[in-house]
Order: sequence, then C-alpha cells, then structure tokens
Amino acid sequence: MPTSTSEPGDGSGAVYDLAVVGAGPAGLAAADAAAGFGLRVALVDAGSRLGGQYYRHPGPELGAARPGKLHHGWAVFARLCERLAASPLVDHLAGHHVWAVEAGVPGEQGRPWRLHATRGPGAADRAAVPARAVLLATGAHERHLPFPGWTLPGVVTAGGAQAMLKSSLVLPGRRVVVSGSGPLLLAAASSLVSAGAKVPAIVEATSYLGYARGLPVLAGNPAKLAEGASHGARLLRHGVRLRRGSAVVEAHGTDRVTAVTVARLDARWKPVPGSGRRIACDALAIGHGLVPQIELAAELGAETVTGPDGAVALKVDAEQRTSVPGLWAAGETCGVGGADLALAEGVLAAHAVAGRPAPARETAVRRRRRAFAALMAAAHVPGPDWTGWVTDDTDVCRCEEVPAGEIRAAVEELGAGDARTVKLLTRAGMGWCQGRMCGPAVARLSGGGAGRPDSRPLSCPVPLAQLAEPRD
Amino acid sequence: MDPLDLVGAEPGPARTILFDGRPVPALPGRTLAAALWADGVLAWRTTRGGGRPRGAFCGIGQCFDCLATVNGRPNQRLCLLPAEHGDTVTTQEGHGRADLDV
Ligand code: FES
Repeated sequence: MPTSTSEPGDGSGAVYDLAVVGAGPAGLAAADAAAGFGLRVALVDAGSRLGGQYYRHPGPELGAARPGKLHHGWAVFARLCERLAASPLVDHLAGHHVWAVEAGVPGEQGRPWRLHATRGPGAADRAAVPARAVLLATGAHERHLPFPGWTLPGVVTAGGAQAMLKSSLVLPGRRVVVSGSGPLLLAAASSLVSAGAKVPAIVEATSYLGYARGLPVLAGNPAKLAEGASHGARLLRHGVRLRRGSAVVEAHGTDRVTAVTVARLDARWKPVPGSGRRIACDALAIGHGLVPQIELAAELGAETVTGPDGAVALKVDAEQRTSVPGLWAAGETCGVGGADLALAEGVLAAHAVAGRPAPARETAVRRRRRAFAALMAAAHVPGPDWTGWVTDDTDVCRCEEVPAGEIRAAVEELGAGDARTVKLLTRAGMGWCQGRMCGPAVARLSGGGAGRPDSRPLSCPVPLAQLAEPRD
Repeated sequence: MDPLDLVGAEPGPARTILFDGRPVPALPGRTLAAALWADGVLAWRTTRGGGRPRGAFCGIGQCFDCLATVNGRPNQRLCLLPAEHGDTVTTQEGHGRADLDV
C-alpha cells in the first residue's frame, strides 16, 4: 500500500475506481475487499495512521510492544493492515480531511467524483482526489448532555479519554469518574482501569432494563455479550462500581474538576431531590452514545433514517448504496452498531461497488448486529427530563459560551421553536465545532427533535486561502 | 500499572517543549495535549467571553476546546499536533490575536 507523497489529482490524470473516506473498521474492510477485486482504491483519512477511532493506536516512536492490550479485535486489524500494506492497488492518503465531496456522474469517464481535502494537522495544504465511486465510512462522533461544570478542565469525553490513552498512552487524571449512557462507558472505564487509573464509579443514566425486552436479540449476538462480560469482569476485579439510573448533575472545581455530584434519576431522567452524593475525582469522562457523521452525504442530499434514539443516519439499501447514485456508505455512518458490523458492511459495500453478489456471511452478521444496535439505541435513549439538571447559567454551547438561560429565553420570550431559530438568535451551535458538541442538547432545549441535520457546504474548517485558490 | 507499562512501551528519549516558558518533557509520538496531560496540565486557553480555563475535551480534533498558541500561531488544536522538540506553547487568551489589537 503506497502512502502517497505526490499530490493526487495533480493533473497526472489517475482516477481511482473507488475513494473510501475514513480508515476505521468499515473503510479498511472495504478497501481490502475492493482491492481484492482488482479495483484501484484511495483510502482517504484525516488521521495520520490507519485504524480510525476504534483501532487508534500509539505511533511507532512510543515503541509499544503490545499495542493490542488496549483493544478488542486487534488481530483483525493487524491482518487487514498487513494485507493493505501488501496491496499495490490501495493508496493510503493519510492526514487528508475531506471537507466536501463533489458528485460525479456514474459510468461517465469524464465526470468522476472529486473529494476535496485539507492536508496535514494544521490544514496547511490541500488535495483533490478523483474517483469513479465514493464510499463514506466516516464513523460517528459522541453525543453529550450538558450539566453545570461540564466545561471545567479535566472533564473530557469518554471517547476522547480513550483516544488519548490509545494513541498517546496518557490518562487525563488518576481518579476518573465515567458518566453518561451507553456501552462505550464500560469500554472506556475498562481501558482506564487497565492503564492504572482509579475509577471510583461508572454512572449510567439508564437502568439497563430496556435490554430485558430484547432477549432473543441478545441471544443472537453472543460475541457482543462476551465483550460486555469481559469489560464487566475487569471492572469487577478492580472494584469499580456501576451506578445505574444515576447521572453526574454537577462537576465541582474552579480551575479544574475536583469532585462531582451524582444523583439518582427517575424514569424520565429527572434527578431525585435529596439523592445527591459527592465523589472526589481529578477527571470526569462523559458521553451519551454516538451520532453518525453524515455531513458529506447530507450536503449531497442523501436520504436519511432516524434511529430509535433520535440519531440521524444515512439510509442505505441491502448493498450499502445511498440514495445518491455512485455514493455508498458503511459502518456507523449508517447507524451506530460497533466494529463487527462496520467490518461486515465495508465488505458488503466493496462487493456491490465491484458488481459482485453479496456474501452470505456478512449479510448474516449485518442482520444480527443491526438488530442488536436497535435494541441498544432504544435502551439508552435520553429521558425527556434530563434538562432538569441544566441550570440557567450552564454553558450549553461550549464554543460560543451560550448558557441555557439564553436558549430558554429565546424559546419562551422570543418564540423560537427549533434549534435553527435558536442558533440564529443566540449563536448556540455557531462556533468552531459547528454544533457537534451541543447540537442534540440545543435541539432538546429548543423543544424540537434532532431532525434533519443542517447541511453544510464544508464539513470541517478550511483555511480561506485554500478556498480562494483556483479549482483543480 | 501505567499506560506505558501496559503496552510494554519503550519510547525514545523525551523531547522538551516550553509551556508558558516552563520546560515540559514530551515523549516522542505524543501530541502536545498528551504531553501536557502527562505533566498534570489540563488547561491552556481562556475563553473569549468569560475568560474561563479550557483544555482538551474530545481529544480527536472535533471540539476545538484545546486551542492554544504554538510557535506563535494562535488557534492550534493541541490534540492533533505531534510534540516536536523546542515547540513553544503559550496559553491562549480569547481569540489569540491580542497582538492585532489597536
Ligand atoms: S480536544 Fe477537541 S479538538 Fe482537541
């Protein structure tokens, strides 16, 4: 797998058969399978190393002898990397952050798709990648619900704590409370304790009773149960306590977090008065599940579906085709369901792009895992009354420092009824992160659902100079 | 146990970066944000509105909370930048363009 140093699309005329955006499980599996059918593939990824968030791992300079210690399924990743490295058909375009996808005309030689990307961590350079078909494997980002103190240094996302641990081998603190909802909390806590952190509590807002309704689905997914059990066993061994039906309703500290208050929740996630308990910590990892990252396709008008937890995902057919001809999607982009599902969907998409019939094994994996994902999403839907712990002076939008009181005033006094109007009135969601951190919370506080995501011409910040340069 | 022991890491010698003028060791392969975390530093920016401290939140380049001034350039995401020997990181106040104020 050559790692491209020359500029793709620099006029040399090479048009890839397939451009895969994202080098996580779905993208890796797709690139590998597509190359197996003889397709020339560009594997375009914002990160510097293969693996995406799931297989994030330390750089070679850190000299990790056993990088798999922080991972599930490392052997699968290692095998994929080996095969890709041996393939002359796959170019890994690392450090390429795709900010827009320009649609091509399927089958027409002269009108390929074009992926526009910034290059390098400082986005100092740019590239345009031409391809006859595009597969989006862009994954997901975390969902967060604000609470007083969540902007204090030392409060980090559960995925972020895990990412920094996996890639840089560093912990945010020595005593880390893990809080929010969803299976990522167990995975994050399990990594943190194996790396030497103390986790005084995992605070999970749901009661987990939702899973009981899906026993047949659980029985059909023994691997997922085994994964959960292995996290559970490790956490038990380290004496980590799982507090179900509870939430961190406040983080304390002035310059950094020093403690949190945990309260019990009723069935609608309203904190039970008088149930607050203080837990000392020097870091807090938070997260309420994942939201598919679909901006690139939304901008092209691709159809979406809304999952049981209100998260919007790309709609795909049995062959991972989106509603836009020539555009495929796989993995979390089509609804959050974990690495096994992403691997299977990547393989399915590659078969479809190459015009091959869908393989039975991957089709079966997808059916089982999609059922599991639906159960999981339904079990961890935020209860409607979590807004009860958000005080008026809690910043909801971290970038623009917009407190809940301003959002409430926009709704109650100025008549805003949806996130978009609130954004125009308050600037909530208008900052650097473009609402990725506060979007779901602003939508809920605005009284509207998550709805269709805003379509944005650019999926990430791009230096003006790059936009001003003449088109390739 | 410590994360380096867990994976049997044998990193090369630490580099030195300067954080607000103070030398901080940075193992090769770590980002600037990770080097600061490893030294117990969690905040390296104050917000534009309230002047409140912030550091890394998402760790993967999406939230922009980890902005700071690196080698004189403001608004750099420390969770993405590999720590290089001699890098100077200064706490960023507000939009980091105080030098342009008239
Ligand atoms: S910590 Fe979120 S962008 Fe760096």
